[in-house]
Order: sequence, then C-alpha cells, then structure tokens
Amino acid sequence: MEIIVCVKQVLDPDLPPMKFSIDLRKNCVIPPEGMPPVMNPYDALAVEAALRIKEQLGGKITVISLGDPSKEEAVRKALAMGADEAVIISADSLDEYDGFAKAWLLSKAVKKIGAYDLILCGRQAADWDLGVTGSIMAEYLGVPVVTRAKMIEVVDGKLTVERVTGNGNETYQLGTPALISVSSEMGQARIPSGWGIIAAAKKQISQWTQADTGNDIGKVSGRNDLLRLYASSQERVCAFIEGENTIEAATRLAEIIADIGKR
Amino acid sequence: MGTEKRILVIGEIDHGNKLTSLTQELLGGARKLAEQFAGSVDLLVITAGNQELAWDSICRGVDHVYVVAHPGITLCDVETITSVASEVCKQAQPALCLMGQTDLGRDIAPRMAARLEAGLCMDCTDVSYEPEQDRFVQTRPTYGGKAMAVLASGPGKLQIDTVRAKSMTPLDCEQGRAGEKIFVSDDHVQVDTKVKLLNCERIHEEGIRLEDAKIIVAGGGGLGGQQGFQMLRDLAHILNAAVGATRVPVDEKWVPHHMEIGQTGKIVSPDLYVAVGISGATQHITGCSGSGKIVAINKDPDANIFRVADYGLVADYKEALPVLIEKLGEKVR
Repeated sequence: MEIIVCVKQVLDPDLPPMKFSIDLRKNCVIPPEGMPPVMNPYDALAVEAALRIKEQLGGKITVISLGDPSKEEAVRKALAMGADEAVIISADSLDEYDGFAKAWLLSKAVKKIGAYDLILCGRQAADWDLGVTGSIMAEYLGVPVVTRAKMIEVVDGKLTVERVTGNGNETYQLGTPALISVSSEMGQARIPSGWGIIAAAKKQISQWTQADTGNDIGKVSGRNDLLRLYASSQERVCAFIEGENTIEAATRLAEIIADIGKR
Repeated sequence: MGTEKRILVIGEIDHGNKLTSLTQELLGGARKLAEQFAGSVDLLVITAGNQELAWDSICRGVDHVYVVAHPGITLCDVETITSVASEVCKQAQPALCLMGQTDLGRDIAPRMAARLEAGLCMDCTDVSYEPEQDRFVQTRPTYGGKAMAVLASGPGKLQIDTVRAKSMTPLDCEQGRAGEKIFVSDDHVQVDTKVKLLNCERIHEEGIRLEDAKIIVAGGGGLGGQQGFQMLRDLAHILNAAVGATRVPVDEKWVPHHMEIGQTGKIVSPDLYVAVGISGATQHITGCSGSGKIVAINKDPDANIFRVADYGLVADYKEALPVLIEKLGEKVR
C-alpha cells in the first residue's frame, strides 16, 4: 500500500507556561531557547498508523511536511521510525493559521507524488489546534475522509476505520484512495531505534519549493486576518485549606463546596 | 430576502429530539449579533424524521427555519451533511454561518469552507461584529490554551465559525414570536455511498451529562485505578454532579473515553469543578479553565493544578474524599 503521511513540526506542547512568550508586535510566538521544535504528537501517531499497515501489507511510506527546509527534526524522526521517503516543501511565507493555504500546498505535493492509496495525518496540530488540514485536503483532492480515527484495518483493499466520538463509537468502511486523520486513541507512537536513527540520518530528504508544486496559492490563502495574538493566563490565586489533620481540613473544604453549590 | 445581512446556524438535535443546548446557545449569540445590523437569524435543521422541533426554535430567536427532512440522513454521514448544508448556504446567502465545535462541526466546517471559499475559524470562544469595518471578529484559544488569537473575517466573504460550548447565552423562549418555516426540497439530497457507516454506537451516560452539569467531579492519574473513581461517583451522587476524567484514566481504561475532559475530550465550564488527583497538564486545563470555581485535591503541594485552582487541599484523596462524602451527605439530608 502506498501511504503518504503529512507531518508538522511544532513548538513542544509540553513547554512550561513560564517559557511561553509572544512577540506582540509580530503576533507570533517567540521560539524558546534550548527547546527545539518537535514532531506534532498527533502526526507521530499518523506515522505509527502507517507503519502498522505497512508491516501487515508491505508498500511504501512517504512523509511530506511544510516548513523551513533547514529544520528537519520532524521528518527525520518519521524516517527514523521507519518511513521510506521524505519531502519538505518550503513554505516560510505561509501564515500559521491559514489552513487553506497549507492544505492547498500539501494537496499539490500529493498530486506531484502521484499514485497513492492512503493519506494519513494527525487530527490537529498541537500549536494552532485547528484540526482542519486533513478535511480541506480531502476536499481539494476529491477523496473520501474519516477524521479522528482510533483504528484502521485494511481488508481486501478496503479500509475499516473505527473512531471515538463525544458520545460513542463509529465504524466506517471506505475504498481507496482516501484520507484519514488519526487521534490519540491510536495508542503509542513507537520510539525510533538506534539503527533507525542511523539509517534516517543517511537518507536524502527531497526539498521542494512552492514553484515545484505550482505557485497558485493565492486562490485559497488569506481569507482571515490575524489581528492579535496574546498570552492567556489560566492562573488563579489558590486559597489552601489548612487544618490540624486531613479530616479537619476536608471538613472545612466540605463547607466551602456546600456554599458554592448553593449559589 | 434582499440585501439583509443574515446569520445561518447549523442546528444539531440531541437524543431527546430537541435542539442541543449548544445549538440554543448559538441562536442566542446569533440574535445578539444580528441586532447590531438589523439582520436575520436563520436555522438549518437536517433531520431524518421529526420536524416539530423546528417550531420550538422560532421562539428562541429564529426568523427563518430551513428544514431538510430526508429519511436516509444520519448525522454520522459527514459527506451528505456537508453537501446539504453547503447547498442551503448558497440558497440563504448568509454573511456568517455558526455551528458548534462538536464532532459534526469539526468535520463539516472545514469542508464547507473549502467548497464555499469561505473564511473559517474553529473553536471560537467569542464572535463579535465591528460595524465600522463591517466584519466579524472571532477569538479562539491556541497553543493548548496558552494563547488567544483574534481573527477578522474578510470583506464580502462568507465566514464560517465553530463555537465552543458555553461561550454564548441562549435566549428564553418568547411565546408567539413570528418566524418562517422553509422546507428545502430533498431532491438534491444524495446520500453519499463512498463512506459507509457500519456501526454507530451511542453511549447512554448514566446520570448527568458533563456538558449539562453545574458541578463536575473529575479524577486524574493520581486516583490510581477504578476504585478511586467509585469514590468520585459517590461524591458526585451527593452533589448532583457529573464525573469526568483526564487522559491518563482513559488511556489506562479505568473509565470510558466519553468521560475525558481536555483538549482531545470535552470542554466544560460548570459552576464548580472539583479536581481530584489531577496534576494539571495544560492539555487538561484547557478543557476546564472556564469553570466558575475550581477546587483541587492533590497529595503534591507543587502540582500545577493548584496554580489554576481557587481552593486547594493538599491531601491523599483516600483520606479526604470519605470526609467530603460524609459531611456533604449530612448537608443534603
């Protein structure tokens, strides 16, 4: 099975709030020193899903990513996990929040790659949390899509996809080519082996420019303007409930809870 | 319908065959926006059967109700719903299309926006209108809630927004309010066959739904197992509360997935949120930071949860919860 996986490099989502700061004039996050970007954790699960299918059926996994060609961490990690080939499409000028421009460029890259059975991506990127790229790509490519998958099975060339929703479980069946976005219920993404890392370091990553994919991004980009980006503090002042022992303190807390409950 | 500026709300129906509370919130929010430009609020209801609920919406601030009734439609069929909703958008020509940040909204909003060449903002916590610029301004959390982004709609373009639950205020029902019901012919409804639904299990939650609860008692990895959650359920029962969880108990299969609160689970904003054995990872906090008051119980005095809580108790939950259950139980009696 020919599988294309879209991966994105993001600011480490586990970055402590103290290290998170925003350039208010440029409306963007200031990359913290000593914290390199990481592969979007949901995309790592998409790579994992691709590897599970390849282990069962064989085939090839191509990783594609938009971004600064000098920053290869995410695609190198995907190669180290076991992906076969990788392409970075230079996209410095894209606005972070422009899901249409990104989906457009990724779709163009998919078309340039040509034959594929399945496109996988993470359910959302852990920076802008839009969760739209996969669905918009499916529209631009005219292929069926199932989002936020928990499990993908391939039987006789057909895909059976299970997904978890807010109030239940759903199972879908669809043919190929198709696009599936993957959610955290997929399980754990594998950690690259030492051998995988060595092999990945030797691999050539193809570098494409927007000219390689067709320079017509203006058709879809720039529908919304970012007016402002600001840090949002969720912090509150915590009143610690004290007591001689837990029983006493918990008794006081019970009174506070009862009070709030009455309001 | 002329040049009047219109807002179209994509409605969702719950298992009790009523508009969901989120849809009612959207209608309240849409009415407030529409008053600023003397526009109208329209509602689209896509249903396989009962159309009566459409009338109920008129008293809640709707001017035109579009009803698409087709026996083959289910809300799991994203492709068909995308086509139908896009078609109605072309017919109604709204300036703004609102829907909930639900499983359905997450799926149809980007696809409709791609088809209709519309602007798109996901998971908005606020939508306002700027008359000077004649544009909609949306606020949404990013970076797992560490930042807020404010985005403007483009001139003369349809703007599609999904809205987070509890961000807008529903209107009370105004009896006798006038509105128009428009049946959309289902001739063009072509049920998609490329993606076949094999199974659609709905979990019937016991007790109060997380989305509707005024009080939520939630547990994290610190509970150590299913037994801890039994204790939480006892407390929830006394408080008339719903029970939620963080990622760890879900991943460990102590509790089912639909109980998850956080970035990949449900976003809740009850009046009172009691966090037990929860460390306070950003991905969880983003799901509950809109709560009125947050009470945290954790053994570790340095746990991040205390930074976002109003009241904290540093204690082993196994010692603290029985006391809470006993004392609060007395008060209820």
